[in-house]
Amino acid sequence: MPTPRAPEDASVNRLQYIVTRLLQMIPTMLVIMILVFALVRLLPGDPAVAILGDRVTPQAIARVHKELGLDKPIPLQFWYFLERVVQGNLGTSVNLKVPVIQLIADRMPITLGLTLYAGMLALLMSVPAAVLSALRRGTWIDNLIRAIFQVGLSLPVFYLSLQLLTVFGARLRWFPVGGVGPTLTSDLYYLFLPALSLGFYLAAILMRNLRSSILEVLDAEYVDFARSKGIRPRLVLLRHILRNALISTVTLFGLSIGQLMGGAVITETVFAIPGVGRLMVTSIFGRDYAVVQGLTLAFAIVIMVVFLLTDLVYSVLDPRTKVA
Amino acid sequence: MSPVRTTSAGPLLSVRHLETTFHTQRGPLHAVRDVSFDVGAGEVLGIVGESGSGKSVTLRSILRLLRPPTKVTGEVRWGDENLLDVSARRMRQVTGGEISMIFQEPATALNPVLTVGEQILESLREHERLSAAAATDRAAELLDLVGIPSPRERLKAYPHEFSGGMRQRAMIAIALASSPRLLLADEPTTALDVTIQDQILKLLLRLREQLGMSVILVTHDLGVVAQTCDRVTVMYAGRLVETAPVRALFTQPRHAYTLGLRLSLPSSVGRRQPLKPIPGAPPDLRALLPPGCPFAPRCGFVTDACRAEEPKRRRVDEDHTSACIHHDTLPAPSEVAA
Amino acid sequence: MAAPSAAARPGRSRRLASFRPKPTLLIGAAIVLVMIAMALFPQLIAPYNPTTFDYNAILQAPSAQHWFGTDNFGRDVLSRVVYGSRIDMQIALFTTLFPVLFGTLMGALTGYLRGWLDALFGRIVDVVMVFPFLILVIAIVAMLGPGLTNMYLAVSVVNWVYYARLVRGETLVQNQSEYVQAARVMGYSPSRIIFRHIFPNAVTPAIVYWMTDMSLGILLGASLGYLGLGAQPPTAEWGVMVADGKNFMVTAPWISTYPGLVLTLAGVGFSLVGDGLADLLRPKR
Repeated sequence: MPTPRAPEDASVNRLQYIVTRLLQMIPTMLVIMILVFALVRLLPGDPAVAILGDRVTPQAIARVHKELGLDKPIPLQFWYFLERVVQGNLGTSVNLKVPVIQLIADRMPITLGLTLYAGMLALLMSVPAAVLSALRRGTWIDNLIRAIFQVGLSLPVFYLSLQLLTVFGARLRWFPVGGVGPTLTSDLYYLFLPALSLGFYLAAILMRNLRSSILEVLDAEYVDFARSKGIRPRLVLLRHILRNALISTVTLFGLSIGQLMGGAVITETVFAIPGVGRLMVTSIFGRDYAVVQGLTLAFAIVIMVVFLLTDLVYSVLDPRTKVA
Repeated sequence: MSPVRTTSAGPLLSVRHLETTFHTQRGPLHAVRDVSFDVGAGEVLGIVGESGSGKSVTLRSILRLLRPPTKVTGEVRWGDENLLDVSARRMRQVTGGEISMIFQEPATALNPVLTVGEQILESLREHERLSAAAATDRAAELLDLVGIPSPRERLKAYPHEFSGGMRQRAMIAIALASSPRLLLADEPTTALDVTIQDQILKLLLRLREQLGMSVILVTHDLGVVAQTCDRVTVMYAGRLVETAPVRALFTQPRHAYTLGLRLSLPSSVGRRQPLKPIPGAPPDLRALLPPGCPFAPRCGFVTDACRAEEPKRRRVDEDHTSACIHHDTLPAPSEVAA
Repeated sequence: MAAPSAAARPGRSRRLASFRPKPTLLIGAAIVLVMIAMALFPQLIAPYNPTTFDYNAILQAPSAQHWFGTDNFGRDVLSRVVYGSRIDMQIALFTTLFPVLFGTLMGALTGYLRGWLDALFGRIVDVVMVFPFLILVIAIVAMLGPGLTNMYLAVSVVNWVYYARLVRGETLVQNQSEYVQAARVMGYSPSRIIFRHIFPNAVTPAIVYWMTDMSLGILLGASLGYLGLGAQPPTAEWGVMVADGKNFMVTAPWISTYPGLVLTLAGVGFSLVGDGLADLLRPKR
């Protein structure tokens, strides 16, 4: 007869799991490093030329190449590259004249904040809508909600951003037209429109998933059993229906954070927010390779950590998962 | 084995003319038609029939568990109230507090993300006023009562960590949390191995003795009925066709369908004979049924009178009713040759 | 990305078991047909030439002569939107064609053959999944230079992975199913099993996803157009048009608004078709 795991066992298992997953991330990171290294080497244009500008002479190019280590064989370059990365040296931005690592440290929190804000708004929009829609299946409310979110799936982020900015920012002046606020709390105000436009798409995806999840769970026998115990309907909804239906939706949420960060590129561009998304675009246009490289790595790390967290949350939410 | 045990005020539960209709895309489905029976205090009543006979729907109708669009009419007398008429609030008091239900498949009937202890406590919180410590004690007591070893540790276990038989016991424990006087059991052993089945049935009987609880046991297996029930009622195509004390029913069925069921049971006495299943299949309740006895198409004793109009239930003996015109001409099971 | 898994039924008998299309499927199909018609015969619908500048009619609000108004060069917005459908329908096609074909093939192969191919594929998936799709595409486009063709390349290189994953999953499921095991027991050759039994069932979710993916492709193409990395002005691509009008949002909002609405509508159309197909082809339980 299986014995239940004592609580201490469960946390040891979980710790093992985290360590295993972190170790598993290393080969993937290595492949990513190789890709990033190759990507930047393949970008058109000679960085020496970009640095020297007008003062281009063959000797100057050779000198800069030597300085940048570009005259060494490729595998050696890669090794030096790895060394530097591990030490936290991601190079310096050619355009902004600032260490890349500092750029990331300054701007990544903003993008992360925007992404999480968008995620929260997405949950706030999608969960009640999904519950209402599922419980009133087939009625006009259901159809209306599904129609609204169906449009949300196809509404381009840049378009929604632009419209929200124009209507609520420029015309009605309810919100500022871009940038970030001086304090954290004022950020909630400044970032509301960007987060809303970013989160609407996610809300559409989550709503669909949760609605169908709830419909599945509604038919489950444990819902009948809970009712047969005379439990109040609201408790049945929360403890039995949602608690089970949300499992797959929360997982979807975690997996979608990556896509959300991608969308942040657009939102930051429209609203002129100094985050890493916008930095990525401007660096690509400005041939600032060190920044592109560093940002790609940063994105990869953040998203891998998010995936790990998502798995952990899932294993907590669903006691049937084997963590070992 | 004895006639309905009534309290001084009458039977514990009294169902009269229960009718349950589902509204499907293809028209109304009369799942339960004119069902009436009583359950006495401390009695085990069996409801037996094939799939689709309406037995599970009957149970769910009593507790108003069916989802709209479903129409339930009739009378379900519990004490001096008709459960079909009481407010939703009162119904929630009764459900789980006075009448509980257990289901066929414990793997799907227990919430997978809550521990067994939490599911017991949930019921206790709804119906009783106990402190947290007292509630936990009671929960452990319940697990012990149903025969689960190491009850206190098992409170923290999740349903998937139990074996099939233990899960069913856990479900019974949850259902008993608020000491109901009546337990509705919807095929509680169908999904279990035969040996576990036996254990669970014995458990139910023991609980009946210890707690003075009544049970309505729904099953398709006459063997289960023989083992556990005091009285039994047979359902076919949504109607009650025969009601009798168990012994009387087995000795001499008074309805052709019951005889057919009885004959399809393997017998351990006498020569080995091939099983005799009832030919044909139960009718589709969505279609309009032809007039006459619903069993007529499959009946070996059918006459024209059977097809003319639907026979009414009549009293054929003390505490024995039947809806068969030929109830007194049916042979005894032992007389029927191979 | 989650796909409905196929039931085990041999060959093609599962498809279109009961053809009862949802009304939304019909609406979606209607929208798609209109878009395609616009793309094929823009001359019949557009009242003006999309590239003609008319300096006498700059920034005019929607009127009887210009239903969608004019932009800052005097170009008729409606005509540009109609001609723009050409580009965006192309985008829908070319961002998904290679991924569908290559991805399905790879998915079926890795799912059936397993082994080192499957392990390698797993690594590729890990790496691709870690990056936001948009950022990957932007990075590749930056490498190659902005423009439509480069955009198609960039998207194709990344997108096939999603199809491959889908088809691989389906192939694995089909492999385990009873009818395939029965076929093996009967001694059918592997290629017969693959092509006549597994493939038709495994490919269906990919086809269904293709529809929805075309909606995503249009979105992506328009986003890149907006950022200046896809179609280039003065091309009348809907995303580019929204970008063209972004400085006039307060004074002349119609320049951006109409292309954006049509863009959204196109997306909704394809995505409804995708959903409707998924519903039709889902095995009834």
